Amino acid sequence: MRIERRLRQPWWLTVVVPVVSIAVALVLSGVVLFLTGHPPLKSFRRIIDAAFIANGALTETIISATPLIFTGLAAAVAFRMNLFNIGGEGQLYSGAITGAAVGLLMAGSPSPLIFVGMIVAGAAGGALLASIPALLRAFFSTNEIITSLMLNYVVALVLEYLIFDSHSYLRDTSGFEANVFPQGKTLPDEATWSSWTIHGLVLPLGFLVALAVAVFVWVLYSRTRFGFEVQVIGDSTRAGRYAGMRTRRKIVAVMCLSGAIAGIGGASQMGDFRHQLDPRGLRDASYGYTGIVVAALARYNPFAVVLVALLIGGLTNAGFTLQGADFPAGLVGVMQGLILFCALGGELFVRYRVRFAW
Amino acid sequence: MVANDHVDFDAAEGEVHALLGENGAGKTTLSKMLTGLYRPDEGEIVLFGRTVEFNSPRDALDAGIAMVHQHFRLVSPFTVAENVVLGDERDVGRSFLLRPGAIEGRVGELSRRYGLAVDPRARIWQLSVGEQQRVEILKALYQDARILILDEPTAVLTPQEAEALFETIRAMAADGRTVIFISHKLHEVKAVADRVTVLRRGKSIATVAAADATPRSLAALMVGRELEAERRPAERGPVGEPVLKLDGVWADGDRGVPAVKDVALTICAGEIVGVAGVAGNGQRELAETIVGMRPLTDGAVEVCGRRLTGGDPREAISAGVAYVPEDRLGTGVAPSLSVASNVVLKSYRGSPVSSGPFLRFRRIRDLARGVIDRYDVRTSGPNAPAWQLSGGNLQKVVLAREFSGEPAVLVVASPTRGLDVAGIETVHSYLREAASAGVGVLLISEDLDEILVLADRVAVMYEGAVVGERVVGVATVEELGLMMAGAGSED
Repeated sequence: MRIERRLRQPWWLTVVVPVVSIAVALVLSGVVLFLTGHPPLKSFRRIIDAAFIANGALTETIISATPLIFTGLAAAVAFRMNLFNIGGEGQLYSGAITGAAVGLLMAGSPSPLIFVGMIVAGAAGGALLASIPALLRAFFSTNEIITSLMLNYVVALVLEYLIFDSHSYLRDTSGFEANVFPQGKTLPDEATWSSWTIHGLVLPLGFLVALAVAVFVWVLYSRTRFGFEVQVIGDSTRAGRYAGMRTRRKIVAVMCLSGAIAGIGGASQMGDFRHQLDPRGLRDASYGYTGIVVAALARYNPFAVVLVALLIGGLTNAGFTLQGADFPAGLVGVMQGLILFCALGGELFVRYRVRFAW
Repeated sequence: MVANDHVDFDAAEGEVHALLGENGAGKTTLSKMLTGLYRPDEGEIVLFGRTVEFNSPRDALDAGIAMVHQHFRLVSPFTVAENVVLGDERDVGRSFLLRPGAIEGRVGELSRRYGLAVDPRARIWQLSVGEQQRVEILKALYQDARILILDEPTAVLTPQEAEALFETIRAMAADGRTVIFISHKLHEVKAVADRVTVLRRGKSIATVAAADATPRSLAALMVGRELEAERRPAERGPVGEPVLKLDGVWADGDRGVPAVKDVALTICAGEIVGVAGVAGNGQRELAETIVGMRPLTDGAVEVCGRRLTGGDPREAISAGVAYVPEDRLGTGVAPSLSVASNVVLKSYRGSPVSSGPFLRFRRIRDLARGVIDRYDVRTSGPNAPAWQLSGGNLQKVVLAREFSGEPAVLVVASPTRGLDVAGIETVHSYLREAASAGVGVLLISEDLDEILVLADRVAVMYEGAVVGERVVGVATVEELGLMMAGAGSED
């Protein structure tokens, strides 16, 4: 048996391989379910039901998926240029902090104005944080994987400090309870992002913004000069320099764009769903890291990011709904892991072919 | 695509057998099959009377076939001896603890026997390219290779080094080993080989005794037609105003020490100036400095009277400097991007390729099709990734793009390295065409013959400095060779 690089990649491979990969992952999950004493088919039906079909399930799935779309797009935008921004997590926190701060500061203003303010602030917060590894990478060739990753811990501690260890503007110090159990100040009602209900399906503003960002990223990367430069530099920085591209500026721009997208995700957490800074909740969700997985599964395609985020979000949501004595929450995690494993393994077959000797 | 189509090839024990062919003729594919990197779809390999089947390079190595690649596969922080035993599983390399003494002894013995002078204790990064090649050959000999495949071994050597290599090859053949020598250079093939097999478009065209062949007959077999005589057209019209002026240019190399030292050069419109020198004497750095990919530390670069600040490729491009880099795949083109994208690699910024922030894909495709047709680029289409193109076709794409910018100055570095005879001819005719159109051409090449054929003047670089400048036709090869070696620079 030999593995050879493909000279041509038939277009259908990019469709068939992921589908087969997911099928294999489901079969393997079925084995795990069977071995742990859960009838596989029935369990799958329960999961799909809980993720997408049951009353309100799709709404819950969209809520789980929205931050993953943001962090998935953030990762995809940077990874396309071989810039490994692992800092989506921290950039999301950072956007949550600035978004919440603006939401509180603008109390009393008209809602649409507050929404725009929070989105801009979230984007700025994320971009500002991302600019640190970006500048270090562009001007000192520092490895952005390490710097962006480390900043996640820094921002996590800042978040803790703002809510637990200080009397910051963002902390709720109004009552007795809030002093004993520290929590973030709740955003005013006018800063709660709108949502629209269609046939019982709730579409939060953040989800629509996420879709808009996906379209924007697609146009930017596949239709513009900016995207062309990203492609060239991502493929070979030397070729980019040779062609007269400003590679340093591009590194900073792409990294900040990535951070800004994650930051809007943070603002959306505040405006759409949480309405107060919640360090523990944000950390436990680890949207940033899951976003990297989403981007990898989507092969950095912005529209695929949306679909994968909905799939992963659905599984997460099903995990929450089903967890109990008869269905350990870890099982859904196992399934997510198997999907990731098979999908990334399947990549091999897109670029290489296996030939059997006989 | 079929790269090898029913190739018949045989080599005898103790023979030096040359494999000659254009780029893309299938020489590399054939050698990759012989070394177990590829598998034949059809046909068989018979080794010492037995049919063999190689599933991996390991199998081929065990069967006694070793290859010295064009790009060396050495671990640069390791010593010569360590590199030689790397991957060896029979003897000293197999023991858990390395015994440097024993290894160095064996390596020293081999290098004496075959005239491969290299210090077994030196580290690879300290060695010149020629010495590194000797390490590769030592590695093959150490593994008891009965059959050695050398892929264009002289491309990186000075004439003197090449001559030493031929001695080694003859010694190995005299020892009963078989040497398969892959080359484009006809006079070398004639000098060293016993027999020559010519490949063309994946087929073996003929096997002839080297003694009976002439460079001309070999070239005809290789391209399937008689080549034009390789002579510079006598007159190309008068040279014009200076287009590129270097004055006391200094620049640092990758290690931060000066690699270009006080270089002064003037190139006029319509003139081809050659820069000769052994690889690694600052030519690459000089080219990169002119085109803005390397900052100047001192001096001035002037293009058409306009002084460049340096270190900014875009500035150089807009001043009218075009550049064909030595490293085609990776600098000259973005390898995984399409041919079409690479055609517009420099022109994407303005009309008609883009309008506002958006690219115009139909225009790009049309431009690419135009280049493919006009320059006869062999590719499956404008959307094929660039890495799939052979060296010659890739170079056509690069040249087409650089010419399309209507440059005043064209800097070309080793433009024909790795190209076949027909490819070399094409590139040379494009360069002459550019000069007749009034472009000032700076031709950096390690191939002195190439410079003598093309250039009007030649400057020789040694250790970063221009040690002499001569008018071609007045200078002798011996004189230039001495200057390249750092001796006899009296001016």
